[in-house]
Amino acid sequence: MAKVKFQTLDETSASFWALVGLHVLLVALGLGAALYMEEHGHIVTGMNNQIVWGLPHVFAVFLIVSASGALNVASVSSVFNRLAYKPYARLSGILAIALLAGGLAVLVLDLGRPERLIVAILKHNFKSIFAWNIYLYTGFMAIVAAYLFAMMDRRASQNATLGKSIGWLAFAWRLILTTGTGSIFGFLIARELYDSAIMAPLFISASFLYGLAFTVLVLIMMSSETRAELMTEEMIGKFRGLLAIFALATLFLTIVQHVTRLYSTAHMDAEMFILRDGGIYTLMFWGGQILLGTLLPLGLLAARGFDGGRRGLTLTSILFLAGGVAQMYVIIIGGQAFPLKIFPGYEVSSSFADGAIGRYIPTLPEALLGISGISIAMLLTAVALRLLPFLPQAAPEKA
Amino acid sequence: MSDGGNDMIAPDRRALLKSAVGLATTTIAPGVTLYAFGVTQAGAKPADQPVTSAKRWGLLIDINKCPPGCDKCVTACSEENGWKSSGHPETDAQWIRKVTLRDPRTGAKREAPAMCQHCASPPCVDVCPTGASFKRADGIVLVDKHICIGCRYCMMACPYKARSFVHEEHDDQKVEAPRGKGTVESCTFCVSRVDAGRIPACVEACAAKAGAAMTFGDLNDPASDVSKALAAGASAQIRADLGLDPGVRYRNL
Repeated sequence: MAKVKFQTLDETSASFWALVGLHVLLVALGLGAALYMEEHGHIVTGMNNQIVWGLPHVFAVFLIVSASGALNVASVSSVFNRLAYKPYARLSGILAIALLAGGLAVLVLDLGRPERLIVAILKHNFKSIFAWNIYLYTGFMAIVAAYLFAMMDRRASQNATLGKSIGWLAFAWRLILTTGTGSIFGFLIARELYDSAIMAPLFISASFLYGLAFTVLVLIMMSSETRAELMTEEMIGKFRGLLAIFALATLFLTIVQHVTRLYSTAHMDAEMFILRDGGIYTLMFWGGQILLGTLLPLGLLAARGFDGGRRGLTLTSILFLAGGVAQMYVIIIGGQAFPLKIFPGYEVSSSFADGAIGRYIPTLPEALLGISGISIAMLLTAVALRLLPFLPQAAPEKA
Repeated sequence: MSDGGNDMIAPDRRALLKSAVGLATTTIAPGVTLYAFGVTQAGAKPADQPVTSAKRWGLLIDINKCPPGCDKCVTACSEENGWKSSGHPETDAQWIRKVTLRDPRTGAKREAPAMCQHCASPPCVDVCPTGASFKRADGIVLVDKHICIGCRYCMMACPYKARSFVHEEHDDQKVEAPRGKGTVESCTFCVSRVDAGRIPACVEACAAKAGAAMTFGDLNDPASDVSKALAAGASAQIRADLGLDPGVRYRNL
């Protein structure tokens, strides 16, 4: 394969700057919302003592899961030796860091006491999966930064063993990281809709899908920005294939997740809450996650020859990401909305909403904070692309 | 767990006070404390001695003695610890609540107070990233308000819905029960009272004004009222299937 050449994003269009402006505005609004929540307390959000994690967590977890998946392309290139993916490995690395930073920013700003972040850094309870995650997140950033250095530094990039070793380390780390993210929910023994080992593989599979969808979208956008086709037809075909495989894997694990619970009499009511009786959560599941977020884009991928695949690929990537947000909404908020069975066998009621479906209507500040996570990730990516050569030059012809 | 240092006393003065109080306590206290606090199973712990696992505080609630519609335990807790309605029922804290239980087959109704169950293996403590959620050696599960970052993971993990998040600023707090906006809180078994040899406010109120449905004491002491009451008949743990060994037990559930 010919040596791949890289470029910084030098010439930019008005629409690029308009998009940057929009993201700056959204980040400013998100930070303002966080300050407002900090000043007044979570009373200004829709979160309450029943739904304790709301929209900010939906976006934060979505971004953190996407981050590890964004590293896919780099891993395929250096761990599995698929040279066709090498031109995109740098972009995949920087996108992984940016998405994680966006997700973590939202997570931290939604804390009841975000100014105590230093406490979370200095004091750890090592039995807490949350504490493990602090190491997994920071470790991921450091390892991916080293990985990028190994790819981009003139001397380090000559050393194939170094690149391969860090590639393997990053690949193993991202799998452990997403196992950790899934287990935040999987370890919650008290809640019927969480307590399951399938959360880890489900999150890993979802991360492959969301991460690749983000990577593909950025590549398509940058192709139009650099006025050079950054992906060959062959690569577009490979990305379509991978997206379909990841979507099918996520769908399979989702089916197993629900059918297993449905089989258990004890959990059938919880399961039927999601599948049939849950109102917004049922709608989000069938309409958002399954129909718009899985079946429709899979159908689009199957229907070939739609504008050389590019427009179809853009639309399917957007749909997969929207489906991902819906999936996180159903898992995180739907999982809390179904009441705890504190006194099994009884119908319960109390002034503290025992036995009642949790009510949650997100407010503007928390929505702005959540969405700003995506904007933080996109802005960091844009700055990185301007400063350093992360983007390949025109499409490498034959791999 | 007070936030400020306003009530600090200089160390030498404190030592002097301590020895004076100690002297007074050893000479005249035995009779006086019995008189002041009534018959209590909660022996006072000297303030300068650490809590040990020699004791494990626990509570037995007899549902048959819990009158329907009575909320004396709830009111007493609220007054003791300073949490109350601010007109936002979904976000207001409730350290203890009365839960109505209805048998779906017969329609028969009971009521039971529910609060932190002070588990021997508390999931809230397991999941807390900073260690703010902790269990004292004597089994009381608490939140260290100084290092709680407000992540609410403990609320996700608690099987009993025992914890509340402080959603807004609250003035008019009790010295013994500081409440910080943005942190999590729950029943403390009235830890300051217990350390002073008294029983929790809910137990006291239930005994004085309601059906005396609650018995508090040291589960490790076979001679304590709670141990004797537990030994006298069957009792149940709620969500016993989780294996958490709660310190709160229910009878006639």
